[in-house]
Amino acid sequence: MQVEMMNALPIRSRFRRHGRACPGHPRVSFNDVDARDRRGHDAPYAISMAVSAFLYATLSLTPAHAYKAYVSNEKGNSITVIDTEKLEAIATVKVGRRPRGIELNKDGSELYICAGDDDAIQVLDTKTLKIIGKLPSGPDPELLALSPNGDIIYVSNENDNLVTLIDVKRKEQIGDIPVGVEPEGMAISPDGKLLVNTSETTNMAHLIDTGTKEIVANILVDARPRFAEFKKDGSELWVSSEVGGTVAVIDPQKRELKQKISFEVPAMSKEAIQPVGMAITRDGKRAFVALGPANRIAVIDAETKKIEKYLLVGQRVWHLAFTPDEKYLLAANGVSNDVSVIDVASLKVLKSIPVGAFPWGVVVAPQ
Amino acid sequence: MKSLIAAFCFALAALPVAAETLNVKVGVLREAHSRETLSILDIPAADDALAGALLGAADNNTTGKFTNQSFEAIDAKLEDGDDAGAALDALAEKGALLIIADLAPERLLAVADRARAKGALLFNISAADDRLREEDCRANVLHVVPTRSMLADGLAQYLVWKQWRRWLLIKGSHPKDELLAQAFRNSARKFGAKIVEERVYEDTDGGRRSDSGSVQTQRQMPLFTQNAPAYDALIAADESEVFGGYLPYRTWDPRPVGGSGGLRPTSWDAAHEQWGAHQLQNRFIQAFRRPMNARDNGAWLAMRMIGEAATRAASNDAETLRRYMLGKDFSIAAFKGVALTLRPWNQQLRQPILLSDGRMVVSVSPQEGFLHQATELDTLGVDRPETKCRLK
Repeated sequence: MQVEMMNALPIRSRFRRHGRACPGHPRVSFNDVDARDRRGHDAPYAISMAVSAFLYATLSLTPAHAYKAYVSNEKGNSITVIDTEKLEAIATVKVGRRPRGIELNKDGSELYICAGDDDAIQVLDTKTLKIIGKLPSGPDPELLALSPNGDIIYVSNENDNLVTLIDVKRKEQIGDIPVGVEPEGMAISPDGKLLVNTSETTNMAHLIDTGTKEIVANILVDARPRFAEFKKDGSELWVSSEVGGTVAVIDPQKRELKQKISFEVPAMSKEAIQPVGMAITRDGKRAFVALGPANRIAVIDAETKKIEKYLLVGQRVWHLAFTPDEKYLLAANGVSNDVSVIDVASLKVLKSIPVGAFPWGVVVAPQ
Repeated sequence: MKSLIAAFCFALAALPVAAETLNVKVGVLREAHSRETLSILDIPAADDALAGALLGAADNNTTGKFTNQSFEAIDAKLEDGDDAGAALDALAEKGALLIIADLAPERLLAVADRARAKGALLFNISAADDRLREEDCRANVLHVVPTRSMLADGLAQYLVWKQWRRWLLIKGSHPKDELLAQAFRNSARKFGAKIVEERVYEDTDGGRRSDSGSVQTQRQMPLFTQNAPAYDALIAADESEVFGGYLPYRTWDPRPVGGSGGLRPTSWDAAHEQWGAHQLQNRFIQAFRRPMNARDNGAWLAMRMIGEAATRAASNDAETLRRYMLGKDFSIAAFKGVALTLRPWNQQLRQPILLSDGRMVVSVSPQEGFLHQATELDTLGVDRPETKCRLK
């Protein structure tokens, strides 16, 4: 029981950290700078934290698998490694400048890191935690997708409105596909046949046949589509629109828009709700959508598309990743420099793990 | 092969695509801006504003490849004494009934009234006058550029957030300087700041360039700001570029400067990089070899609004596009962190205001804690209950 108590402790310390007046901040009487954040964040947080600390203590009696999670710190120029059993950071690795999108290869031995300001994708050996090479991404890579067999990386090349194909073994570019303005989100269908790229200013999801490398459909979605995610059975493709504030659900077979999911958080302006990262459970029944500056994750019944709940997390939540057993969901909170741990079964936020500056991407290794 | 054709048909079905290419022609009606700026960095380039429209058209055309639409920017630059009405006629002749207007208020109104008969729609990208959205509002003018009241409110919110509530207001001697000064007075009243004293800086019609100007300026500015009552921030209202830029670091009392010098409220700044803005800055510099200014950005944004509406409404008709833009489905992403929409009552684009010192974007308003029942963006500028606009 002692172990569980130790795990529960940082939860309280986090609560104190958020509850304290911001150090170095001027006092403001106009309803206070952080008034909205505090109202939204701490009051319900305190209660849910206390409950979830207890829950967590109970839940943790069944041992969690020790996976390793990797978090890219956009301003920290580093990757934080998290032990998902201890739920704490165990290493920080200095990498290239402005690391954002990250992906693991199939066996988890290599981590590909989009180092935007170094105009390259770096390769990190996850055993030695050393950078062992780089891939020629073109300028300012942000997000990438890996083919199911791990041979090809697809990366969006924002300056030239291209999706660039990179041969992982040969470390060279093997082709380009012209897409819309500011290509960003990337995802590959589970069977590897369909690549989707979202273009932020064109506001489309471009569906690309990975065999012919040709666009087969362009689907208009709401403003600034940022991220794309397939259901594991390939039946649906979800695209989040950051500025439009919606998630588009696309039928990849019919290649058409099925429906749009909107969000509404009481006492929060529409503009603050900005869907970005998404994660859908393996059975396709539940989806989690990070809402950016709304500081919340929407929990959605992925079959009915009804919103079940909003989970309060840290500030400006970007990307999400499950542990392979789907026990936990990890969320990178950009502005509050931490990662929220969500217990998937109970839908409780268990803990926040401090990481580097401006955490952005998160992935979890299979073992 | 069959499946490929089928795939292609699906692609078409997914979009409101016309069989033939839909051409969208956009006129860029612009007049020269003064080269008499305090900083040489602000001297307008020959392609001022136009460059933004060209980049916007290029962006739209990338999308247009998929929607079978093409966009064209047609330049109409007015020289001194040129007849703006004739230029509008010439644009209409070429089929351009969507007009990006970089014009002073009087000329804008004259062109708008002439455009009405032709069914042309104007996008105002440089006239900040509130009256164009209030008593002199026109149904065929959409306002992309923020008003003086929006700019002043953007700065005021930040100063109040900083607890710099006592202002020394110095205004220039031209009518437009007084309009800006009035916007700051209104902002002070709205957000609980106090103007402790006002001074007028007379324009003696001197030149801006000299070989050793700083020697004099360094002596003039302290003297001019001497003997002020206790204040927290100096606000300069100097749209005429006579003294505002000279004030920072030269005030008698060591105080920050905002407004037309120091911390400037603006719709765009070459230093803005957040929310993906870096990408737009890169594209612009790559294409035009100079930084993007607020007018360039306004023209780009107007072109993007046209592109977005044309894509979604599958039309190039001015009235169809106007209706779509004013409808509830329209919003535009402009690298400001939130979606921008039009205020339906006066057709002003809602937008955050950047506060820049010319090197860095210091903050972006609306500031936290300034709340509004509809949207926090409406804490900036004249709000619906106060509007004098009757669209016609």
